[in-house]
Amino acid sequence: MKSAVLVFPGINRERDMARALKLISGKEPAMVWHAETSLPSGTDLVVVPGGFSYGDYLRCGAIAARAPIMNAVGDFAAKGGLVLGVCNGFQILCEAGLLPGVLMRNAEIKFVCRNAHLRVERSDTPFTRGYNAGQVIRVPVAHGEGNYEADEETLKRLEGEGRVLYRYCSADGVVGEASNFNGAAHSIAGIVNDGGNVLGMMPHPENHVEDIMGCTDGRGLFAGLVQHLEKAA
Amino acid sequence: MKARVTVTLKSGILDPQGKAIEGALKSLGVDGVASVRQGKVFDIELADSDRAKAEAALKDAADKLLANTVIENYRVELL
Repeated sequence: MKSAVLVFPGINRERDMARALKLISGKEPAMVWHAETSLPSGTDLVVVPGGFSYGDYLRCGAIAARAPIMNAVGDFAAKGGLVLGVCNGFQILCEAGLLPGVLMRNAEIKFVCRNAHLRVERSDTPFTRGYNAGQVIRVPVAHGEGNYEADEETLKRLEGEGRVLYRYCSADGVVGEASNFNGAAHSIAGIVNDGGNVLGMMPHPENHVEDIMGCTDGRGLFAGLVQHLEKAA
Repeated sequence: MKARVTVTLKSGILDPQGKAIEGALKSLGVDGVASVRQGKVFDIELADSDRAKAEAALKDAADKLLANTVIENYRVELL
């Protein structure tokens, strides 16, 4: 799996992401500066990592979404290329119009940094095939603006088309107000675009990939992507 | 030419920051506050003095960057 990790000023999770990708795919990802206008040839996966691009000025992800490299990412996604956006990366993909909706301020206006349980809603996608449908995984979250919102029609479409891949839940997989710490519509933690090739998620699977991290539940996402690409090749 | 673009949240969009400000105003004893919604103001200087062109440029700016039209409305004023 040849991956490319985008780097914007103010991003701070790109090295965690690169480490996880190297660990699981065995290949060092290319780090791609935001001012570039093309992706390395043969890229299989583009990752937009977390952090605080441009200091969250204007709106989270708004400035980064208009960076030169994003045109290339748009073309790559339009051709079916796999794109993963985590945390600020999810915000950037929404601002760039590659995913619907918007990440609003957490309902209780607090920055939340903790472990979250996620229910994997289906296992038949490149982004979830490393898990079983209904499986509960534990992954860290660290964000102030992770409250996913979209209009009713968009939410209906996302649900109807099975595009919610990850949802906040309790340790035993129950979705409800008690586990929806940021107030996201329908407890949404991660969604895909209509082509199913662009995933945005607020939690950080790259931070739960090694025993030293205390949990390896995040590995499945990357291992699934590697499997998917090997099968396609 | 000077202009101002005001960006506000669409009605129905939850505004936790506005709610917090509303709560703080109430706790300060400021009377008669029914509700608060927070927005943004951009003061922009334009090189062009053609009003129609300026207005078009400002709308372009608001659509492309200043506002996220999924959740926000904007108003353009030439001053």
